[in-house]
Amino acid sequence: MCLAIPAKVVLIGENRIAQVDIHGVTRTVSLDLVPDAEMDSWVLVHAGFAIQVVDEEFAAESWALIQEMGEALDAEDAALLEASAQAAQAAATTTSDVPA
Amino acid sequence: MTPDPSTPFRDPELALRLAAAIKASATRPMKIMEVCGTHTVSIARNGLRDLMPENVTLLSGPGCPVCVTANRDIDMAIELGRQPGITLTTFGDMMKVPGSRSSLSREKADGRDIRVVYSPLDAVALADDNPGMQVVFLGVGFETTAPTVAAAIKTASRMGLQNFSVLSVHKTVPLALEAIVNDPQVAIDAFILPGHVSTIIGPEPYRFLAERYGVPGAVTGFEPVDVLQGILALVRQVAAGEASIDIAYRRGVSSDGNPTARGLMAEVFQPSDSEWRGIGVIPGTGLGIRPEFAKWDAAVRFPVTPEEPREIPGCQCGEVLRGITLPYECRLFAKGCTPEHPIGPCMVSSEGSCAAYYRYTDYGRA
Ligand code: SF4
Repeated sequence: MCLAIPAKVVLIGENRIAQVDIHGVTRTVSLDLVPDAEMDSWVLVHAGFAIQVVDEEFAAESWALIQEMGEALDAEDAALLEASAQAAQAAATTTSDVPA
Repeated sequence: MTPDPSTPFRDPELALRLAAAIKASATRPMKIMEVCGTHTVSIARNGLRDLMPENVTLLSGPGCPVCVTANRDIDMAIELGRQPGITLTTFGDMMKVPGSRSSLSREKADGRDIRVVYSPLDAVALADDNPGMQVVFLGVGFETTAPTVAAAIKTASRMGLQNFSVLSVHKTVPLALEAIVNDPQVAIDAFILPGHVSTIIGPEPYRFLAERYGVPGAVTGFEPVDVLQGILALVRQVAAGEASIDIAYRRGVSSDGNPTARGLMAEVFQPSDSEWRGIGVIPGTGLGIRPEFAKWDAAVRFPVTPEEPREIPGCQCGEVLRGITLPYECRLFAKGCTPEHPIGPCMVSSEGSCAAYYRYTDYGRA
């Protein structure tokens, strides 16, 4: 349960409550624990909070790991993984629907 | 984004080279313990135990917060959930964990108001939206999770919420490792230190293990190559009789961890004694809520006395967590105890040692 998921900050609202993008899925997280996070920062998300600012390469590696952990994930993270796969699929369909 | 197979952290050839270097360096038998559920899963999933030479034993320690939560604390949460008017909220992992006589999911099926939340802030929001409800959040987890709960308590205090409180059974890792080092039955030579816990606390709090006990530790990442690199560094130190605490997880842990998160933890929590499954009470490894925040402390507001706890018959989870029994040595492993029908917490949690062995290895299933 100590796994943290990489995400990109896409909107910062009141009280440092932010929208982050986790591979196509938008989540609301608090930036209370990461004063240096800004728009477009990559962060590690755990239990609704960003807990660390990381670089993009690290975020990509963590994501690969999470995909790999598959069935060992907690229900919440597994649902997230599925939602992001669906988002990716939807994005692919939308692109191919666009008339050339 | 699909994982890039060319990333150096997954390179199978590099993994084999590291394994060869480990074999060459392991000049005496040694036991290396990992203390993080994510490492447990990574080691099992990638078959790293099979890459080790005969004299290097990889053991799983008390790295799964759900697994180390004592029955007494689970019973306490269950008892709280039975109090009229209380809505108990917690992370999903806690629901199926058996206490002495029941589990939160069984209680929920029996009609108690017990809800799973993703974030402690969801529990704060639930209380804010429902002034007539008394919302208690069961806070479980190590230093990775405790700051998020500290932040939630601060938020509730800022909002002046009267109907939100936390039952804190949080635990901190470094002193638990000292207890393991002092356990003559275990005789650990080195630790693979947890990744995301260290994201918060940095390497400093482990330094005493090397300095006082001569036991080295490495904070590593989770990819197979990360873990193997960490093991190699540890094997070399043990063989040479040296001990230091190193970060092999260069990419995610700064040398200072996350000072903001630590500050918030220190403001809301104070060290307390905490009972660990299989190990017993370890002074200073709990996080009690400071008296200044007593209004949000469920233990103060709703004191309950559950029946004396009892152990689950036949379950050796406590020994597994200390590294003295391997999951498949438990008589119930895969026979009666499976992830679908777990008997003990080490099989319930996705990152428990028994669950990791069950999912990813053939051990014990001849
Ligand atoms: S296999 Fe099941 S019963 Fe045995 S120690 Fe693990 S959790 Fe307990």
